[in-house]
Amino acid sequence: MKKIALSKLNDFFAAIAAEEKLYLPVDGEKGTDYKLWSEGVTYSRALNTNRSAKDFFFPQTENIVDFKREGKTIEVIDTRTEAEDFVVFGVRACDARSFGILDKVFLADPVDSFYASRRAHGTIVTMACTRPAETCFCGAFGIDMTAPEGDISCWIAEDALWLSANTEKGEALLNKVASLTEEGDTAAVDAQKAAVKEIAKKLPLQNLPTDAFKGDVLLEKFNSAKWPELSKACLGCGTCTFVCPTCQCYDVFDFDTGHGVKRARCWDSCMYSDFTKMAHGNSRNSQVERFRQRFMHKLVYFPMNNGGEFGCVGCGRCLSKCPINMNIVKVMKSLGGDAE
Amino acid sequence: MQELMKNRAIELLSAGEVDRVVGWKKGEFAYDCTPAIFTDANDLRDNFVYDDFTAPNLSKYLVAECKKGGKMAVFLKPCDTYSFNQLQKEHRIKRELIHVIGIECNGKADVDKIKARGVDGITGITSEGANFVVETIYGNETMPKYEVMAERCLTCKSKKHMVYDELIGETGDVNPDCGRFDMVAKLEAMTPDERFAFWRGELSRCIRCNACRNVCPACTCEQCVFDNPNSGIQQKVAVTSFEENMFHIIRAYHVAGRCTDCGECSRVCPQSIPLHLLNRKFIKDMNELYGEYQAGEDTTSRAPLTNYNMDDCEPSIVHERGGKA
Repeated sequence: MKKIALSKLNDFFAAIAAEEKLYLPVDGEKGTDYKLWSEGVTYSRALNTNRSAKDFFFPQTENIVDFKREGKTIEVIDTRTEAEDFVVFGVRACDARSFGILDKVFLADPVDSFYASRRAHGTIVTMACTRPAETCFCGAFGIDMTAPEGDISCWIAEDALWLSANTEKGEALLNKVASLTEEGDTAAVDAQKAAVKEIAKKLPLQNLPTDAFKGDVLLEKFNSAKWPELSKACLGCGTCTFVCPTCQCYDVFDFDTGHGVKRARCWDSCMYSDFTKMAHGNSRNSQVERFRQRFMHKLVYFPMNNGGEFGCVGCGRCLSKCPINMNIVKVMKSLGGDAE
Repeated sequence: MQELMKNRAIELLSAGEVDRVVGWKKGEFAYDCTPAIFTDANDLRDNFVYDDFTAPNLSKYLVAECKKGGKMAVFLKPCDTYSFNQLQKEHRIKRELIHVIGIECNGKADVDKIKARGVDGITGITSEGANFVVETIYGNETMPKYEVMAERCLTCKSKKHMVYDELIGETGDVNPDCGRFDMVAKLEAMTPDERFAFWRGELSRCIRCNACRNVCPACTCEQCVFDNPNSGIQQKVAVTSFEENMFHIIRAYHVAGRCTDCGECSRVCPQSIPLHLLNRKFIKDMNELYGEYQAGEDTTSRAPLTNYNMDDCEPSIVHERGGKA
């Protein structure tokens, strides 16, 4: 394991930023968000960012291609912008796991070349949690907040940043900053892991049961009589889907520019009335159906198609952001039977 | 309060005077609740909540509930009664189906303000006089309630219920000196460039989740133009970030004269954009140009923008106020 004294953290960031773009969580007036690092920018150790780290690989809006018409010819203009190497520092264990989930969607055949290109160019440096919140339920999905995944995993313990590379990309980045790091033993990190695991035991949702969603439960859950009650207060806004690190649905739009077409894709939300609207009409016309879709996707459809892996990482953003405080935890408790 | 309300709701339901009660259901944590339609006395007994965190304005739920017929009771805080009146004025709800229970409100807390103090791992919150004692897995924290009160409650315009069939607790007074336009005045005092920068900064955080629109009691169109693929201006994706900003400005225009300043838009914004300031600017302008007017104060008066008086200001007012027209 490598270590860097915290007093040299700024040099570490500067060394990375000299090579490629570096993004990290920064405190603002309204919470914490990823920002581009430059001299003077301070890394925030806040538990998590407002928006998830999926934005780096699957941005909310993306211009995918332009068509320009001149006379009888149509020029196809490549508008790709995702060709630069970059580093995202400070990703938490929950968000780190979300990339594995998104990969299963975007890197499966047919490969989404925009996403694939960003993944290839991005290096993810994760940070272990030390002060989890009551809204954290990563443990329910087998995520260890003290040992986040990613190309490099980090811990801030005692007066140092500890780094451990997990992939070749991570090794390569560590080599670039080798002059700043020194070898260290794992004692401080091990002690922190043990202490945080004790804290996690006190959190109310870390052991949220998921068994009720394993196995052949599709029709049972789909036909549950509880959906109308659960979704009754839902406003049909897209907050839960847009702050979610694993929501991956998108829509594609063509804009008439007067002399051509600008084609863009943007996040879509299963909570919206025109989601899945097709030529024949819409397959989900009520908010109950739209609401059910979101949770069935995370808890039943995605696991069925992906070897049992749930489509939720327990980051807790939807718990704190939903305007009416309806969320996946309440759905799981209700459909799981223990709210009876 | 909570027990009085709960008992009254159970009484109304059991006596068959109403067949459902619109209220709030206890949440997962000490600080969250979900609006709920109760049809069962046991459900009310076990799950009904009214405390320092029951902030959601329930009046908009009545639009959907009225379409189902039957009688219902609803709990309305003073600010919610303005929304109720406005909905009635616009014929969006059926007054005869609704039994309004006005409830006393002393302001609601904003859990984001509690968390912004670095308080994490909340396992309980108790109200002790003017303080909250917040229990967390990291230890207890005591804080004055007013320091974590929701922004809109700090500038509460009225503790007086504009409508009720019965009252639980006290009804108070309208407070003209609430200072709710202070921030608008600050923005007005800025140069146009400063103001532009302020709003571009705030609105640039918008993720276009539409929570502000969907929660707004003044936004009750069957289908919003921005959701309608046939409108030609459907806007799930914006061509430029400025278009994203315009959504909020257009929405503010649409609710001008109808917005009661309930503050739900800013409460629900996941990106903490102070959207209510746009609406307050319109309210302040209308007050200054057409005389004092408060949407939702009554159910019959004409709003300034749908009325005509000989002494209405002339369009040239924009020039007189130094605008660039």
